[in-house]
Amino acid sequence: MIQERANLTKAQQQWLRWQRLLRAQRPGDLFFRGITLLFVLIVLGLVVGTAWILVSNSLPTIRRFGLSFLTNKAFDPVHDTYGVLPAIAGTLITSAFALIFAVPLGLGAAIFLVDFCPRPLRLVLAFLIDLLAAIPSVIYGLWGFLVLAPWLHNYGEPWLQQHLGFLPLFQGQPEGVGYLGAGIVLTMMILPLIISVSREVMLVTPVAQREALLALGATRWEVIRHAVLPFARVGILGGVILALGRALGETMAVTMIIGNQANEPSFSLFTPGYTLASVIANQFGEATPGLFLSAIIEAGLILFIITLMTNILARWLIASLQRQAQGSRGGRP
Amino acid sequence: MEQAIAEQLRSGAPPRAGTALSIEQLNAWYGRKQALFDINLTVPPLSVTALIGPSGCGKSTLVRCLNRLHETIPGARVEGRVLANGLDIYGRGIRPMNVRRHIGMVFQQPNPLPTRSIFENVAIGPRLNLGLRGARLRELVERSLRQAALWEEVKDRLHSPAISLSGGQQQRLCIARALALEPEVLLMDEPCSALDPISTLQVEELITYLKRQYTIVVVTHNMQQAARIADRTAFFLHGHLIEEGETQQLFTHPRKKETEDYISGRFG
Repeated sequence: MIQERANLTKAQQQWLRWQRLLRAQRPGDLFFRGITLLFVLIVLGLVVGTAWILVSNSLPTIRRFGLSFLTNKAFDPVHDTYGVLPAIAGTLITSAFALIFAVPLGLGAAIFLVDFCPRPLRLVLAFLIDLLAAIPSVIYGLWGFLVLAPWLHNYGEPWLQQHLGFLPLFQGQPEGVGYLGAGIVLTMMILPLIISVSREVMLVTPVAQREALLALGATRWEVIRHAVLPFARVGILGGVILALGRALGETMAVTMIIGNQANEPSFSLFTPGYTLASVIANQFGEATPGLFLSAIIEAGLILFIITLMTNILARWLIASLQRQAQGSRGGRP
Repeated sequence: MEQAIAEQLRSGAPPRAGTALSIEQLNAWYGRKQALFDINLTVPPLSVTALIGPSGCGKSTLVRCLNRLHETIPGARVEGRVLANGLDIYGRGIRPMNVRRHIGMVFQQPNPLPTRSIFENVAIGPRLNLGLRGARLRELVERSLRQAALWEEVKDRLHSPAISLSGGQQQRLCIARALALEPEVLLMDEPCSALDPISTLQVEELITYLKRQYTIVVVTHNMQQAARIADRTAFFLHGHLIEEGETQQLFTHPRKKETEDYISGRFG
C-alpha cells in the first residue's frame, strides 16, 4: 500500500485526497437520520398496533354480525345482540352541529382579535380563550348536565319548538339531554381551538399582502376578505380539522349530556342518543368477555376509521388548496 | 413601450390638470423613534419627483405618509400637513381609505394577490371601490394593463395565477392594479429594486410615460435612476430633507456639502 502510494505522482495523490474529501461520509448526518427514522417508526408502529389490536379484538362481533353491526339499532347485552347505528348517527350529528356553529363563531372572534381588538385587550382575550381550551372536559360535562340540560328542558327547547317547531329539527319531546345539548357543549369545547389556530395563522399574513389591499383604498373588512383569509385559509382549515377530530372523539362531556339511549336516529335534535365514544364509556364498566367486549371494541374501531377518513379527506382538501396557491407565501415565485 | 404610448394617445384619454402635493412641517415616528423631521416639500403636478438618500434616511417613510399608510403600522404616528390640491389629507373628517383610493402606491417587492388571477388582480380595486363589473370592468382592466405595458404579454392568459408571472411582470401588474383606480398621484417605493436591468428599464420608461397623466413620487436608492427619470429630486439624510431641486441642477451643482458627498459616492 505504502509502496503503491509512493509510486503515485504528487498530482495523483492530491487527486485522491480531493476525492476522499468530497466523498467523506459525515457521521453526524447518518446518526441524525437514524434517530429521526426510529422516531417515525415508533409512531407508525403505535398507529398500526392500535389498528391491529382494535381489529383482532373485535373479530368475534365482526364474524357474528358483519355489516349488520353498522345498521342494527340495539346495543343489547341482555340478548347478546349488538349494533351501533344510533351511536354512529349521534357522533356525526353532534360533531356536525358543533362545526356548523363553532367555525363561523371562531373565525369571527379570531378576526376581531387580529384586526379590530384594541391592543391592550388583545393579549388578555387571547389568554382567556386559551384558558377555555384548558378546562378539563369533565367540567364541561358537569356544566352541561347540571346547568345546560335543565335550562334546555325548561326554556330552550320549548322556546325553539314554539318558534321553529315546523322544522323537523325541533320536533319531539324536550328532554334537556340529547343531541342539542351535546352539540352545544361540543361547540364550546372546540371554539377555543378554532379561535387560537385561526388567530395564529392570520397573524402571520405578510404585511405586503395587507398593504397591497390598503393601498387600493380597501376597508378593514376588505383587507381581511381579500388578503388575510386567502392567505390563512389552509391553516384555518387545519384548525377546523383538529377541532373536528376532537369533537368526534370527545367522550366525557358528551357522555354526561347526550342521554345515552339507543334511540332510532332521527332529525330531531331533542332526541337523547349515543355517540361511539359514549357507548364505550358507558358500557365498558359492565363488559363481560365475549361478544359484549368485542362489540365495545368494534365501536372503537369504527370511531378510529371515521377519524382516519376525516383526516384523509382533510389532507386532500388542504393539498388541493395549497396546489391552488402554490408558492404563494412570499408573493413571489 | 412605443406601441403602448401610441395606443394611449389613440385612446384619447383627456389631458388631466394633475394634482400637486405640498408637504408642510411633516414629522413621523415609529413608536418613540422619530423618522422624519420637519419636512417641507412641494411636488408639482404631472411630474416625476425622486426621493433619494441612503438606507434609513426616511424616504420610504415619507412616501408612506403621502397616502396615510404609515399610520397603519402599530405605534407609528404622523404630525404635520400634506396638501393634495390644497386639501390637507390629515385634516378633520378625511378618511384614510379614501385618500389611499385616490393616491395609488406601488411597493418595493411586487405584491400581487397570490391566489388571484392576473385579471382579478387588476380588477380588485375597481370592483371594491367603483362597483364595476362586466364589460366596463373588462375594458378598464385592459386599459390599465395597456397603460402598464403588460397587455401584450398577458392578454392570452388573463386567468392564470398572478404569481405565474416573472418579477418584472408582477411589478407592472401591480402598477396596472394601481392605475385601474385612476389615481391622482402614483407613489412608488423603490419600484425597481427587486427587478433585473431589463425589467427596470421597462418600468422606468413606463414612469416617464405615465407622468403625462399622473403626478409621480418615486423613492429610489439608485441615483442614476433618479437622474434618468425624475424632473425634480429631493435628497434625504437621517430623516431630514437636505436639499431639493431640479434633478439636473441637484446632480451637477448641489448646494449642500452632504448632497455632494452622497452623489459623488463618498458615503451611503
